[in-house]
Amino acid sequence: MKRHLISAADLTRDDAVRILDTAEEMARVADRPIKKLPTLRGRTVVNLFFEDSTRTRISFEAAEKRLSADVINFSAKGSSVSKGESLKDTAQTLEAMGVDAVVIRHGASGAPYRLATSGWIDATVINAGDGTHQHPTQALLDAFTMRRRLIGRDAGLGQDLSGKRITIVGDVLHSRVARSNVDLLHTLGAEVTLVAPPTLVPVGVDHWPCEVAYDLDSVLPKSDAVMMLRVQRERMNAAFFPTEREYSRRYGLDGDRMAKMPEHAIVMHPGPMVRGMEITAEVADSERCTVVEQVANGVSIRMAVLYLLLGGNEPAVTHTRTEEK
Amino acid sequence: MSKILIRGAKVLGGEPQDVLIDAETIAEVGAGLSADGAEVVEADGKVLLPGLVDLHTHLREPGREDSETVLTGTRAAASGGYTAVFAMANTFPVADTAGVVEQVYRLGQEHGYCDVQPIGAVTVGLEGKKLAELGAMHESAAGVTVFSDDGKCVHDAVIMRRALEYVKAFGGVVAQHAQEPRLTEGAEMNEGVVSAELGLGGWPAVAEESIIARDVLLADHVGSRVHICHLSTAGSVEIVRWAKSRGIDVTAEVTPHHLLLTDELVRTYNPVYKVNPPLRTERDVMALREALADGTIDIVATDHAPHPHEDKDCEWAAAAMGMVGLETALSVVQHTMVETGLLDWAGVAERMSFKPARIGRADGHGRPISAGEPANLTLVDTAYRGAVDPAGFASRSRNTPYEGRELPGRVTHTWLRGRATLVDGKLA
Repeated sequence: MKRHLISAADLTRDDAVRILDTAEEMARVADRPIKKLPTLRGRTVVNLFFEDSTRTRISFEAAEKRLSADVINFSAKGSSVSKGESLKDTAQTLEAMGVDAVVIRHGASGAPYRLATSGWIDATVINAGDGTHQHPTQALLDAFTMRRRLIGRDAGLGQDLSGKRITIVGDVLHSRVARSNVDLLHTLGAEVTLVAPPTLVPVGVDHWPCEVAYDLDSVLPKSDAVMMLRVQRERMNAAFFPTEREYSRRYGLDGDRMAKMPEHAIVMHPGPMVRGMEITAEVADSERCTVVEQVANGVSIRMAVLYLLLGGNEPAVTHTRTEEK
Repeated sequence: MSKILIRGAKVLGGEPQDVLIDAETIAEVGAGLSADGAEVVEADGKVLLPGLVDLHTHLREPGREDSETVLTGTRAAASGGYTAVFAMANTFPVADTAGVVEQVYRLGQEHGYCDVQPIGAVTVGLEGKKLAELGAMHESAAGVTVFSDDGKCVHDAVIMRRALEYVKAFGGVVAQHAQEPRLTEGAEMNEGVVSAELGLGGWPAVAEESIIARDVLLADHVGSRVHICHLSTAGSVEIVRWAKSRGIDVTAEVTPHHLLLTDELVRTYNPVYKVNPPLRTERDVMALREALADGTIDIVATDHAPHPHEDKDCEWAAAAMGMVGLETALSVVQHTMVETGLLDWAGVAERMSFKPARIGRADGHGRPISAGEPANLTLVDTAYRGAVDPAGFASRSRNTPYEGRELPGRVTHTWLRGRATLVDGKLA
């Protein structure tokens, strides 16, 4: 594995499976009375968030704390960044304080890549979402959720997602989640179909390792998992689609549409959901919807990534494997 | 000593000849000229070109002297073999009045490294709303003939039409930065396969092509000439080719970087590759080279755009657009056009000196190398090979995309009206 995690495209199939398997080990820690491992004791991780994202920040923070790392949270608002300090100076300031890893969320595509490759700092860089580029830990937690649900917790160990048919619906153009998922799911052997109005698919998508469709109803019966992306209301004013209601009618997931999916198929969403827009309450609250599980899995995945990038070669968890419930 | 004998120079790449300069003028061109009373420069098979003329330079003064001044920019120009540069109007304050253009013009004259011909803004403050006093700028000591809102497009069709018509009164030309503003909101790089992957805002080719199509039709309608700045796409080439075939009075320029670099480089997220118009695809690069060779594109212009280090040592979105180019332009043209067999040195002289001088009406520049002509000359060691080292630049800025890249050719001497501004690669 590389020293940084910048893009889901950087992961080989074996890297990705190893992260998923490690995350399963980490998940068992959550079942213990004391949810903590000593793995990263004495290591310092900074969560460097230039964009508001409470849920991703909290997820990383929980993962870091469960691994006993020292955690520094840095949010750009009200900091020297709002006074014009550059990304380079901010990162160098933090590294001077002895940071081993930087978890960065930034509104500009490529900012984590710049941080990792410009010689500004030596710390390990983990991308927690950059612009409309990548969000690799989100893709990993999504793959983890799919593997658990579609293959099984123990049966999935060592397995990829070969042959699974995954449909991603919504604003692909502005979505780092979609880009990361297309890369990772392809690496893991899944067949990905993107469904969106043509205005919300980037020019150049024909080079991506996936299919593109404009008609959701025709794709649903052939899907093992359907991932709904959030559609920001402000897109409407930029003429990407005529009205919210028209978008919902054509690309929203409601109970009737969900019924067209195979029985075993799941509904996913990276959150936060816009209920009534891309997903109805009926679907969001159904048993097939994995939104809450995805949040829990996010902590396990981030523990696995931090452990594999920072923890060295010692086993993360020493215990005998528990049986699947 | 007022006489200089350049001995054994391949004039425009031809057979070695001697060239005698007397004061500001070329006195004689021929074989075996007498060195009597003259300082001798042994050309030793180097290529002698007319002093280069850049129709598109950003000197940044007044306003951004931290990135370039008229002095540092003209020193960079002399280093690159230029004897005249046209300074773009997007300074602070904008060069939209006679006062600003005269100041820039005089600074160039005072420093003496390279003639500076200011370009006037088309509209007040480059805002695209109200015509600047084009006539006043033309009548000023600066004698402005080229007008451009470069950095911004004159997007309003009526304003563009009026500007094209108005400057006919004094033989002026409007140089259009072709960029449809609505199609390029939030644009950060060429829109295509790479932008889709990198998640960077796309700058579609059609945003350039649609403006060029409109403007050649406007120029045709009102009987004006129009110049297209930094043409960057294969589609733009097709439109200009069509316009020329219809007899429309259009000229076009291409930058050295668009002849060599592609948007694949943006994968590094290194803002040294961030430029406007953006780097395009391999297909575009090949179309631009071919168009420059066949004359569809008339000239090479650098779009030399200096920026301070901090404006490039940052994330892509925060970085400024632009690259320095004066000191590498000829090397890039040698690499992409001469060594590929697309152009000979006479062709280079046409595209980097004769024609840009004609488009901009730069008197005394872009003249043949023959007796009686002004001694504006550039001597090039075309056998030289070396990696680009920005530390050696005369420009105040270092934002070159070629750092460490091996490029051929090196300008060793530049003469401005018989006075050496560059000797053995060192500024005089």
